[in-house]
Amino acid sequence: MTVRIYIPRDAAALALGAEKVVEAMAGEIAARGLDATIVRNGSRGMHWLEPLVEVETAGGRVAYGPVKARDVASLLDAGLISGGAHPLCLGKTEEIPFLKRQTRLTFARCGVIDPLSLEDYRAHRGLLGLERAIATEPAAIVAEVTESGLRGRGGAGFPTGIKWKTVLEARGPRKYIVCNADEGDSGTFADRMIMEGDPFVLIEGMAIAGIATGATKGYIYTRSEYPHAIAVMSAAIEIARAAGVLGASVLGSAHAFDMEVRTGAGAYVCGEETSLLNSLEGKRGLVRAKPPLPAHKGLFDRPTVINNVISLASVPVILDKGAGYYRDFGMGRSRGTIPLQIAGNVKHGGLFETAFGLTLGEIVDEIGGGTASGRPVKAVQVGGPLGAYFPRALFDTPFDYEAFAARDGLIGHAGIVIFDDTADMLKQARFAMEFCAVESCGKCTPCRIGSTRGVEVADRIAAGIEPEKNRELLADLCNTMKFGSLCALGGFTPYPVMSAMTHFPEDFSPVPVVEAAE
Amino acid sequence: MNIHLPRADVTERTLAIVGELKGLEGPLIPILHEIQDEFGYVPEESLPVIARELNLSRAEVYGVVTFYHDFREHPAGRHVLKLCRAEACQSMGGDRLAERAKALLGIDFHETTPDGAVTLEPVYCLGLCSCSPSAMLDGEVHARLDETVLEALVAEARR
Repeated sequence: MTVRIYIPRDAAALALGAEKVVEAMAGEIAARGLDATIVRNGSRGMHWLEPLVEVETAGGRVAYGPVKARDVASLLDAGLISGGAHPLCLGKTEEIPFLKRQTRLTFARCGVIDPLSLEDYRAHRGLLGLERAIATEPAAIVAEVTESGLRGRGGAGFPTGIKWKTVLEARGPRKYIVCNADEGDSGTFADRMIMEGDPFVLIEGMAIAGIATGATKGYIYTRSEYPHAIAVMSAAIEIARAAGVLGASVLGSAHAFDMEVRTGAGAYVCGEETSLLNSLEGKRGLVRAKPPLPAHKGLFDRPTVINNVISLASVPVILDKGAGYYRDFGMGRSRGTIPLQIAGNVKHGGLFETAFGLTLGEIVDEIGGGTASGRPVKAVQVGGPLGAYFPRALFDTPFDYEAFAARDGLIGHAGIVIFDDTADMLKQARFAMEFCAVESCGKCTPCRIGSTRGVEVADRIAAGIEPEKNRELLADLCNTMKFGSLCALGGFTPYPVMSAMTHFPEDFSPVPVVEAAE
Repeated sequence: MNIHLPRADVTERTLAIVGELKGLEGPLIPILHEIQDEFGYVPEESLPVIARELNLSRAEVYGVVTFYHDFREHPAGRHVLKLCRAEACQSMGGDRLAERAKALLGIDFHETTPDGAVTLEPVYCLGLCSCSPSAMLDGEVHARLDETVLEALVAEARR
C-alpha cells in the first residue's frame, strides 16, 4: 500500500523551508523507487518543530522534526517509511506532550487532513454539523449556539448566539454572513492556520450561520499579508461549490448559500468590524458609530452577522456534538476551548487549543517552556498590540475573559507574546502609541492626534525631561483616548501603555542625561 | 523601476479591469488590487476612469487609494522586502535586524535602492509570530531570521 508522508503547506512551515523538504523528498522517493506519496497537510501547531514531517504507519503517525532538506536522505536511510528511529524522530505525533495535553475541538482536523480533500474532511466528522443544521429549525440552531456559551473569539467576547438571534429576527431582502479574517494582531495566527489547514470547517460554519439567520451570501475578509491562506481558502470554496456544499441548494436542501474571499489592503483598523464593513463596500476603512448595530444595518445596510474566523469555525463541532458537549469545557462565563497562540521570545511557540482556565504562568512556563533566549521572562503581552503587558506577579491570572478584564487586561484573540528581561517597556509603550498613530483611521481626535502626542510624551520621558510631569500627562492622555474613541484602536491603546507604566515603573524613570555645566 | 506607460494603455487596461469586476458587490478594492497587480502601482491616470465607471467622484477613489497602505502611487523596485516590525518580532531582535537591513540596502523604510532593485517596507505582522523574526520577499515568507539569513535574502533581492 502506498505510504502517506505528510509535509505541511502552512505558511510557518513554508517560511522554515518546507518547500525544499518536499522537493528533496519527492526526488528521493523517485530515485529510490519507493511506494510513497506526499500529502500537504496544515500545521499541527508545534512551530518550533516545523517543518514537521509525519509518516503514516500501522501504529499511527510518526513525527520527525524540525526537518531540513539535507536531512531527507538520512531519514529515508533510517527507514522513515516505516517510522524508523532517527535523531529527529519525535515518536508518535499524538503522544508529543504539547499535543497530547490539548483539547482540540476547533482545530481537531488541522494538521491531520489534506486541507483540500473534501473526502478527508468528511472522514473526520466534517459536514455532520451542517447536515444537522439543515434538519433543524433556524431558531433551534440559534438556541443551540447560544446554549453552547460560545463568545466572539475576535476579542470582544460577545455571545455569538445573541448576535445570530438579532439577525434572524431582523427583516431584510438580503442578509449577509461576514467572516472577520483580518487577523492583524501581533502574536496571532489561529485564523491563518485554520484557513490554511482546515478551510472546510470555516465554510461549514458560515453555511450553518447562513441557514440559522436566513443569510444567503458570505464574505471572508482577510489580509493581503496572508497570500497562502487566500489561495487555500479560495480553492476550498471552489471545491465546496462543485460538490454542492455551497450554491443554490446547500447539500441538496432548500437553503441557498454561497461565499467568496475578499482581500484587505494593509489597514490594521479594518479588523474592527464596522471599518471592515466599510472596506468591503469599497470605502475608506473608517469606523462607524454604533448603533445601528451591524446585526440590523451592516453590509450595504443589510442585517449582517459579523463573526471572527474561530467563532465560525467552532460552530460545526457545536452542532455536531451538541451545545452541552462544548459548554462543559471552560470556566465561569468563558465556555468551550480557546486556541492559545504562544509567540515571541518563547522556546515552544505555536498553537495550543485548550479549555479556558489555565493560568498565564502555566501557559508561559510549562507549555511555552520559557524564553527562547533562556533569559528570565520580563513581560507577556496578551491580546495583541492593544493588549496589556503582564509581569510575572500576575502569572496566576486564569485565561478567562473576565479574569483578564479584572486585571486591566484583555484576552483579545488569545495571542500571547513573551519578552525576556532585555525588553525596554518604555520603548514598548512608545511603540503602542506609534502603531496607533500609523493605523488610526482618523475619525476620532483622541486616537488620531492623541497617539502622536503619546509618542512625543514617551520620548520626553526617555530623554529625562520632567519625567514625573510627563508620566502624569501620559496617563491623562490614555484616559482621554480610552473614553473618547469610538473603537478599540484608540480605546485600547492605553492598555499596553498603562500596563507598561504601572507594572514596570523602573523603565519609566531613566537616568536623566547630565547636561555639561557651563 | 519606472514604467512609463502611454496614457492610452492605462486607460484601456483600466477599462477592461473595471469592466470585468464592476459586477461584484463593493468592487472598488478588488479593482484597485487588480490594477496594482497589472501595473505594479495605481497610476493616477486610472483614477478618473474608475471614478466614471463606478459613478464615484475622483476624490472618493483617491481617498480610498491613499487610505490603504498596500496601494502605491508610484512603482516599487523589482523586489519588495517586507520586514515584520510588530511586537512578537521585536521580542526576538527585530529592531536590530531592521537596522541591519537598512544598512545593507543603504535606504530607509518606504524607500527604493537607487538601482531600482529593492524596496524596503515595514509590515505589521505576517502571522509567523511563533517563529519570529519574519519577513516576506516578493510574496515568499521567511521566518526565524538572523543576520546571515537576512544577508542572503538581501543578496538574492539585489541580483
